[in-house]
Amino acid sequence: MTEEIITLDYGSGGGKTAALIEELLLPAFSNERLNPLGDGAALNLTGQMAFSTDSFVVSPLFFPGGDIGKLAVCGTVNDLAMCGAEPLYLSLSMILEEGLPMDTLRRVVGSVAQAAKEAGVEIVTGDTKVVERGRGDGIYLNTSGIGKITHPGLSPDNIQPGDAVILSGTMGDHGATIMMARDDLLEGSPLRSDCQPLHRLAQAALNAGGVRVLRDPTRGGVATTLNEFTDSRDFSVELAEDALPIRAPVQAACDLLGLDPLYCANEGKMLAVVSAERAGSVLQALRKTPGGEDAAIIGRVTTRAPGKVLLTTALGSSRVLARLSGAQLPRIC
Amino acid sequence: MPWGAEFRRPAGSDRLAQMIREMEVPPAVFMEVCGTHTMSIAKSGLRQILPSGVLLRSGPGCPVCVTPAGVMDTLLELSGEENLTLCTYGDLLRVPGSQAGNSLERCKALGGDVRWVYSPMDALDYAQAHSERQVVFAGVGFETTAPGTALTVLEAKRRGVKNFSLLCLLKRTEPALRALLRRTDFRVNGFLCPGHVAAITGAEAFRFLPEEYALPAVVAGFETGDLLSAVYTLLSQWKEGRPALVNEYTRAVSPEGNRAAQHIMKTVLEHRDDTWRGLGSIPDSGYRLREEYREFDAEKRFSLTFPTLPEPKGCRCGEIICGQCGPESCPLFGKACTPEHPVGPCMVSSEGACAAAWKYRGIERL
Repeated sequence: MTEEIITLDYGSGGGKTAALIEELLLPAFSNERLNPLGDGAALNLTGQMAFSTDSFVVSPLFFPGGDIGKLAVCGTVNDLAMCGAEPLYLSLSMILEEGLPMDTLRRVVGSVAQAAKEAGVEIVTGDTKVVERGRGDGIYLNTSGIGKITHPGLSPDNIQPGDAVILSGTMGDHGATIMMARDDLLEGSPLRSDCQPLHRLAQAALNAGGVRVLRDPTRGGVATTLNEFTDSRDFSVELAEDALPIRAPVQAACDLLGLDPLYCANEGKMLAVVSAERAGSVLQALRKTPGGEDAAIIGRVTTRAPGKVLLTTALGSSRVLARLSGAQLPRIC
Repeated sequence: MPWGAEFRRPAGSDRLAQMIREMEVPPAVFMEVCGTHTMSIAKSGLRQILPSGVLLRSGPGCPVCVTPAGVMDTLLELSGEENLTLCTYGDLLRVPGSQAGNSLERCKALGGDVRWVYSPMDALDYAQAHSERQVVFAGVGFETTAPGTALTVLEAKRRGVKNFSLLCLLKRTEPALRALLRRTDFRVNGFLCPGHVAAITGAEAFRFLPEEYALPAVVAGFETGDLLSAVYTLLSQWKEGRPALVNEYTRAVSPEGNRAAQHIMKTVLEHRDDTWRGLGSIPDSGYRLREEYREFDAEKRFSLTFPTLPEPKGCRCGEIICGQCGPESCPLFGKACTPEHPVGPCMVSSEGACAAAWKYRGIERL
């Protein structure tokens, strides 16, 4: 691969596609299941499995704390982990735009490989397509993944009044970072995406016991994910504004852009609803696990307003926290 | 201390909240005339601690909401023009025109080149980088955004960017307040004056409220601590019957305002009669480009006209903007009209009274 950019030939299925696989992808991802390069990977699976898929279209492709490659691995690994599964195998599909610098692709592939290694998963199959210039946004990625379920039966249906709502760290870091990056406002800023695999945190929480459900609050943020729990169910979740873990730079960025951290995406945080009895142990287990140092109880499950998420403001007033409606848009002033 | 905590929850704020709760005052309606106040009040849950009989009501403070349906329709039509890029603030994207369901967001999905920007200067930069396209900035706002918009036109002239133009929808606060106060059915006992506008105009711009209309007027900031302090002052003035102008937002607002910004506005803009949703035509209540800058006027460049259109059926945005009723009095609120399916602009502008009331609804409205 001597060319500096991706051309349509790399998606033709011919010689250049083969070169891309053999010179870039195989060395990066090499494993027993991928190396035979069949039409699919042969996997030896027993027991209950979780299967999940996710597509990634982030702009910019690279941002403080991660890039589209790391995001693509963590996204699917985290979805599997939230199902109570140990992530095992991923597929990787790439849609590349004609003219993409080869160095950009190398960086992204390297990042996928690194993230997969950290998450303990193998990339076992994949696909590459190239679209004409102007018909893509550099790189789109899709990953699908399989994981072995170690803790079956996690569901919002298990939630009981009195349960604690635990967040594994601060909220809004990814969303605020991306929005600031899009407007070139990151110079000198300490903002970083929280993009990280959650499988260790999930296992730590599950092993501590009492976990009703796990969910990673990605798009729509913590407020929207909690609404998924309460929707059409006979309990409410109550949060206290004062107790929400939000980093100062994230709050400042949100104030500047007219966003609300409760609705900003997270890519390395986990919400766990846990029985009141086990909440302390789960919190301790999370705080001892790397990436969970800032874990906190952010709310409780109650019966005050069934089906709703409530926020108690600093004035002691209560209001409804609805789902995000459409994308968050910047405001006039 | 978390970011902004010194303003959000300053020392003594719990006590101030308690004092407001326990205050005994005659029934009163106070009006805020700034969309950011509307949002902050709703978000903080301030209404829940007010003494009984005291109401906080939104006035014509959301720049998007006061823009009439006919203007929105013209914008929607313009956004579909070949070879034209329409830039505007995010607030405007989901606002329906006279036909429910039609919005700039929809026009964009149908192929119109609509872009949201944080600053009119971003639109100018875009125009400079795309000299083959006509780039129109739809500039809504009050005195707060007027200087930045005016500065952009100055800069367009300096850089000689011929393909940039401004659709000047900027409005002035004072004529709208006076128009409201002239109404015989208008009952308000004091104003929470807009801190952002006052940062430009100066606090003194609101002195006419106590002096000519004997109404309490407090210039306020936007954090919970600011609101508590301003509302306490309004209540005290009302209770004691001593209306005065008080500037509670001294960290941003001076008596005379931002002289440099005022100078830029004066250089580029002049007053004109303008039409407001709910208020109709008000003399001298809008801004347009002065003759020397008229070459950047999108109205002129594209021969735009703004039809007078009826409000959507059943929609009470016009009355809500004038403080005649609260969002909850509209029969469509939360039923036929929601953020997903807005009928009127107040439900979908990020500073709209209905959007605030819906998004931050208290638990009494479950």
